[in-house]
Amino acid sequence: MSMPVNSEIKERLNGIFNAFAGKGNELIPVLQSIQEEFGYLPGEAMKHAARFLKIPESTVFGVASFYSQFRFSPAGKHIIKVCHGTACHVANAGEITEKLETRLKIKDGETSDDGLFTLESVACVGCCSLAPLIMVDDEVYGKLDPVKAARIVSRLSRTHGEKQEQ
Amino acid sequence: MARVKIKIDGAEVKADTSMTIMDAARENGIYIPGLCHHPDLVPSGLCRICIVGVKGREKPVVSCKTTVENGMEVFTDNPLIDADRRMLLELIHANHKQDCTNCLKNNNCQLQEVTAFVEVNEERIKRMRKEKPLVPDDDSNPFFTLSHEKCILCGICIRTCNEIQGVDALQFANRGTETLVSTFLDGNIKDSVCESCGECVVRCPVGALLPKGRQQPARKVKTICHYCGVGCGIYLGIRGSRVVGVEGDRSNPVNEGRLCVKGRFGYHWINHPDRLKTPLVRKEGRLVETGWDEALELVARKFSGFSGDEFATFSSAKCTNEENYLIQKFTRAVMGSNHIDHCARLCHAPSVAGLASSLGSGAMTNPIEQISDASCIMAVGTNTTESHPVIALRIKEARRKGASVIVVNPRRIDLCKHADLWLQHKPGSDVALIMAMCRIILENDLYDKSFIKERCIDFDIFRRSLEAFSLDVAERITGVPAGQIWEAAHRYAAGGPASILYAMGITQHSHGTDNVLAISNLALLTGNAGRDHAGINPLRGQNNVQGACDMGALPDTLPGYQKLSDPDVRMKFDKAWNCRLKEEPGLTLTEIIGAIAHKKIRALYLVGENSLLSEPDANHVRSALEKLDFFVAQDVFLSETAALADVVLPAASFAEKDGTFTNTERRVQRVRKAIQPAGNSRPDWWITSQIAVNMGQSGFQHRGPEQIMEEIAMLTPQYRGITYKRIEDSGLQWPVLDKKHKGTPVLHTENFATPDGKARFFPLTYIPPFELPDKEYPLMLTTGRSLYHYHTGTLTRRVDGLNSLNGREMVEMHPEDAKAAGLTDGDRIIIRSRRGLVKAALKTSDRCPKGVVSMSFHFAESPTNVLTSPVLDPVAKIPELKVCAVSIVKH
Ligand code: SF4
Ligand code: SF4
Ligand code: SF4
Ligand code: FES
Ligand code: FES
Repeated sequence: MSMPVNSEIKERLNGIFNAFAGKGNELIPVLQSIQEEFGYLPGEAMKHAARFLKIPESTVFGVASFYSQFRFSPAGKHIIKVCHGTACHVANAGEITEKLETRLKIKDGETSDDGLFTLESVACVGCCSLAPLIMVDDEVYGKLDPVKAARIVSRLSRTHGEKQEQ
Repeated sequence: MARVKIKIDGAEVKADTSMTIMDAARENGIYIPGLCHHPDLVPSGLCRICIVGVKGREKPVVSCKTTVENGMEVFTDNPLIDADRRMLLELIHANHKQDCTNCLKNNNCQLQEVTAFVEVNEERIKRMRKEKPLVPDDDSNPFFTLSHEKCILCGICIRTCNEIQGVDALQFANRGTETLVSTFLDGNIKDSVCESCGECVVRCPVGALLPKGRQQPARKVKTICHYCGVGCGIYLGIRGSRVVGVEGDRSNPVNEGRLCVKGRFGYHWINHPDRLKTPLVRKEGRLVETGWDEALELVARKFSGFSGDEFATFSSAKCTNEENYLIQKFTRAVMGSNHIDHCARLCHAPSVAGLASSLGSGAMTNPIEQISDASCIMAVGTNTTESHPVIALRIKEARRKGASVIVVNPRRIDLCKHADLWLQHKPGSDVALIMAMCRIILENDLYDKSFIKERCIDFDIFRRSLEAFSLDVAERITGVPAGQIWEAAHRYAAGGPASILYAMGITQHSHGTDNVLAISNLALLTGNAGRDHAGINPLRGQNNVQGACDMGALPDTLPGYQKLSDPDVRMKFDKAWNCRLKEEPGLTLTEIIGAIAHKKIRALYLVGENSLLSEPDANHVRSALEKLDFFVAQDVFLSETAALADVVLPAASFAEKDGTFTNTERRVQRVRKAIQPAGNSRPDWWITSQIAVNMGQSGFQHRGPEQIMEEIAMLTPQYRGITYKRIEDSGLQWPVLDKKHKGTPVLHTENFATPDGKARFFPLTYIPPFELPDKEYPLMLTTGRSLYHYHTGTLTRRVDGLNSLNGREMVEMHPEDAKAAGLTDGDRIIIRSRRGLVKAALKTSDRCPKGVVSMSFHFAESPTNVLTSPVLDPVAKIPELKVCAVSIVKH
């Protein structure tokens, strides 16, 4: 997991900005393109976006932080989404998040030190019959309890360990 | 404005059509509760507490955002509205830290006021209260704290920073229950773009934004900010003998209550322990304390031993008009010397000289207020947001109203963010740029023929001199693409009133007078002189530099720019002062230093000027001052320069004396004594009078500043109508021709101040800066200022908070130049010029163009003016402080 340096950010941004006119109302699509390019919104990139769109930096951040789709640090290899919709909430989704926080030694929304996992809370994903559930990347794991959820994570991190040993 | 009739709670009231329901209600003494409304800001309708019922509308309307209509019937209160308000308010309370008794805002809080009116239910609030992770206070800024726990998310701070300050440091971040006021990336306020003006702090309705270390004043005294030439109106908050706060004076037309960081928070030096409290005399090489009698007697005895040309005075643009008047009177009438000058030489002498010859007067032609309604503003060589912050607010305001803003500056200064067009020209190439603009205006037939014909002379020779300035030539000299020069010309000459603002980037050059004349040509060509919202506006630096010039603290003019060379003028003053004035003008500031070095001038009376730091070639100055036979310094602190004196006289600060300052737009404003002078210090006017009295002179027995102003008014045509009584509430802009005359906001409306009443065009040629980069000194150094410090820092560096925002000299350099030189951000470096070397830290920044480095001159430990060049403008004798050649190596 490496953070791009400033000069590199600038170059990659030029490619993105070429597709836009530089108007304030393009903020969201510009942010989306930046996130697509970098996997997250680097601070330096948001500064350039503000200059390009001629809007205040604070506005760029304000808008970006409003939408949960945007992230401000690089994402891990796997994204774990814990559903906190009503059904999952009632089924103790809170405990799952807590358990995973301790297991990964991070807080909700952060990425683990080894760069493998990012933990997120999401609203109802539409499989309430499986509540409580988590989604790892695009796969749903349902009818969980905190221990089962932790086990899924452990299994995934082992596969990575093995790969590295090969 | 059209008036309409509406009914509020059954009572008929009249209102302007532009008013909102809330405005109309408040104007008629009817209270409508609200939390996010502020009269200075565009209504946002965010809190919805101010809802009212309107007959014929199903749903309640937001009264702070709904304008009145004829016949409207409004109900400010009914059970439904009440219930809605209560619910909204209870939700706010559920998220608000309940700690009123410990809050500085207690009893002065809008949330308390609204709550008292609406009534809330504690039980419901308790139920709604949710455990939330604590967001810590942001106390990074030295002057104020933001406490999220008390914030009611009214957005007033955000809108203030956007609408009033144009800085946009703050914005809401996140959403739902996690919403908070945040800076970019949720960082510390101190590290954000915030300029610490405190405008948001004064508007926060609750205790979420609070000034640090605030104490409630016991009384308030109306006066004028002593920092810069804008001359904002302030109230000093006083408790006992201390200044404990500063508030903006909303009735003052200059600032309408707004202030910058220095004006609002930079007052701690007034009660600083370092203040000089007693006279000092040099005995056996050391300065020792003494009493006034001994000091005054000594100074009077010594001064009596020097005659005429052996004596010189540096007066001070920090002192009042009355003081400058007395100081020059003393120098001329008592000492028989015309060697008097002050720091205006170092900033705007070319304006005084240049504009006097083209327009007849060297001052700003239009009031500050009018900038807001210009259709075009061209800001040349002025870093307005840092040097004249409250004038910069006017530029931003004009832009919001649709004005087109052109910035001409080698550096990407902050104002570029608010510009439609930024011309990044090479330092010192202004004449070429502006003359090329003139040529385009001519060729495209955008000039004002009737204005030129009726009101100007010498148009034809000027026109011929434009031949040398084709777009190609200008592009080559200035480095600005031809298309941009063309665009600037078209924007400026678009027909609406266009105002040129300029400052030291124009004047501090060996051809500063030419630069000023180029500007004056451009304005005359388009008829932008003597017109509302337009004009030629030199922004003067110090609080009273305009006044010091007006009062004749200059070697060649008496009060009111009356020429020493005019025998009638001399006769008038000879009679009034009972003396014989010398006809020959005295030496200028820089020449005086030279004469001291050659032992031609042997005694110096220095009032409040830290010459070692502000003069070019500072090493030379120090060695000169050491050669003086007798050197008296008068100041509030023992400055680096004063420390070399034989006698040091402790002066009272602006808060400790009465008088007047004249700001950059010629407004003469009252300065008031708010506290007793520190220790045994005395007002400058008193000290100078006492020296004269001790020398057995009459003509210095004034009872006080008011009586001195009476004498000034008698002898100075521009000030003739000024009395303390007339300027008690609000200042007057000179010329004030008699005791009935209302002053002159706009100069030259009918006639120019020249002898024949006509403005004069000047043919010009381009002359490059004297010292250009070469092999040995490959970089161009240009000097600038910081928002957080003032002049040589004698005052601002004694304010801890200002130091923490900007504590040391940083040399700005383009990242690529730095890379080529093997330097990185923060490196300690040595800067060398032909005259000396200075050590400082490096800050890489693309605000500076390649090949140029920039420094300020606020810091004694990095005395920039050791480097700068003393080459003088031939007319105005200003040194070329803005450009010199340097080299940089790692320390
Ligand atoms: S800090 Fe004050 S002004 Fe800003 S949103 Fe909060 S309560 Fe309103
Ligand atoms: S202090 Fe001034 S610049 Fe800073 S956030 Fe408040 S309004 Fe904006
Ligand atoms: S702009 Fe100038 S006069 Fe106004 S508060 Fe700031 S320093 Fe004082
Ligand atoms: S609540 Fe979790 S899937 Fe619907
Ligand atoms: S005061 Fe009107 S909506 Fe807040």
